[in-house]
Amino acid sequence: MGILDRHAVLEKNASLLLVGSLLVVTIGGIVEIAPLFYLENTIEKVEGVRPYTPLELTGRDIYIREGCYVCHSQMIRPMRDEVERYGHYSLAAESMYDHPFQWGSKRTGPDLARVGGRYSDEWHVDHLTDPQSVVPESVMPKYAFLSDRLIQPTHVEDLLDTHRMVGVPYTSEMIEAAKADFTAQADPDSDYEGLQERYAGAKVSNYDGQPGVTEMDALVAYLQVLGTMVDFSTFTPDASR
Amino acid sequence: MTRRPVKAKQEVGTTGHSWDGIEELNNPLPRWWLWTFYATIIWALIYTIAYPAWPGLSRATSGLLGYSTRAEVAAEIARVEAAHAPIEARLASADLTAIASDPDLASYAQNAGGAIFRTWCAQCHGSGAAGARGYPNLLDNDWLWGGSIEEIHTTITHGVRNSDDPDARYSQMPRFGADGILEPAQIEAVVQHVLAISGQEHDAALAREGATVFAENCAVCHMEDGTGDRTQGAPNLTDAIWLYGGDIASLTETVTNARFGVMPNWNARLSEAEIRAVAFYVHGLGGGE
Repeated sequence: MGILDRHAVLEKNASLLLVGSLLVVTIGGIVEIAPLFYLENTIEKVEGVRPYTPLELTGRDIYIREGCYVCHSQMIRPMRDEVERYGHYSLAAESMYDHPFQWGSKRTGPDLARVGGRYSDEWHVDHLTDPQSVVPESVMPKYAFLSDRLIQPTHVEDLLDTHRMVGVPYTSEMIEAAKADFTAQADPDSDYEGLQERYAGAKVSNYDGQPGVTEMDALVAYLQVLGTMVDFSTFTPDASR
Repeated sequence: MTRRPVKAKQEVGTTGHSWDGIEELNNPLPRWWLWTFYATIIWALIYTIAYPAWPGLSRATSGLLGYSTRAEVAAEIARVEAAHAPIEARLASADLTAIASDPDLASYAQNAGGAIFRTWCAQCHGSGAAGARGYPNLLDNDWLWGGSIEEIHTTITHGVRNSDDPDARYSQMPRFGADGILEPAQIEAVVQHVLAISGQEHDAALAREGATVFAENCAVCHMEDGTGDRTQGAPNLTDAIWLYGGDIASLTETVTNARFGVMPNWNARLSEAEIRAVAFYVHGLGGGE
């Protein structure tokens, strides 16, 4: 009696069947997922990608809190129409410090993977305050309250530390300076040299035009960095990947 | 299709499975189904050999057909660029004012410019180019930095007051109230003067007082008569067109805190031919000079 004839044992014991199915699914998962972690052509090194600054990371949390990902993807697919509309297709490395990534799969609004630098800070503030004031045909809700909510960097060190735990290379120096960097990025009159040393190319601006750091500052800082880290005038992705 | 009669137990036998006395007949699978099933297995094998699939030690097999999504999109873009190259080269080297008289070039610039405008410009200036509060209307003949096709081309290329292009058009109105250059009473008066020169209802006595304030503080950029100066992007204050509003509250806010409208430089995102196309499109919207 071959092993195939013994399936009655599996079929008659629910717990055994469960363990057996789990085993099969696990093998399938390992075969499909594990190679992605070691194959050279799936882990492309790309110059320029850096961890988010404390303010950008806080903005990212607000992005997630407000559910922006429900309507906006952050993934430009390699198709001509997408590349012409949004810019260079997204590279895996560009979201390597995103935990969790914001690729998304539904676009009620446009893709935001390269929205950084495309519009002015004022536009973002006007648009988030009242989207229809600049884009009358838009169905986006208003987020005017973000400008009224001042935020303190009370937990920003913990936030960076948490991201370090899941693999983002924040150094101890970055975590120590987190509070100062948080405030400096929203104040062009501050001493922000350290911030730009730690985070190459970090943009400093009083995003919402009011004193203090508001949720609006943080969100706009995050939006303005999206897709700007890799310089595609000097970087050419390997075509065979 | 005629139904085959159910074969008796004696004919096909049972699988040996017996559940509470119910036995399972050992009917063979329909042939067509079985062959389709085998065919899909063979197809899957061929497919994984033809296309990238099997993971190896350092990289996955690249497939006999050598297919890659990136190569495909690059080829697609190259194909379209090659098709547009001759006319784009002509557009990039043509005299801006001569585009309109060349039917081929004009038709290409009009259509390409429209597509570019809807992709990159519509978010601020509106899909119909009518603008919004703080974002200029491009349909009228009131221009901040000039409405000839050359001036529009320069504005699009370098943008306005951005920090990315050193050649960006730049001017900055002082914050007369916030920085204490003018007293609140002076601001009140100069606002009345602006209401007067723009033909709106105003307090004549205050406006006369404001005229002096205007001459001393504002006329350098907005000119004595308030008609503005395009070389500095100083708007004409005598017409009914207002970027940030022409009522007392908006004007007071403008004088107190100033405005600082920013436009990105498009030379980093668009090619010269694309910038020319969209300049031609904007110039042709109605207000072009």
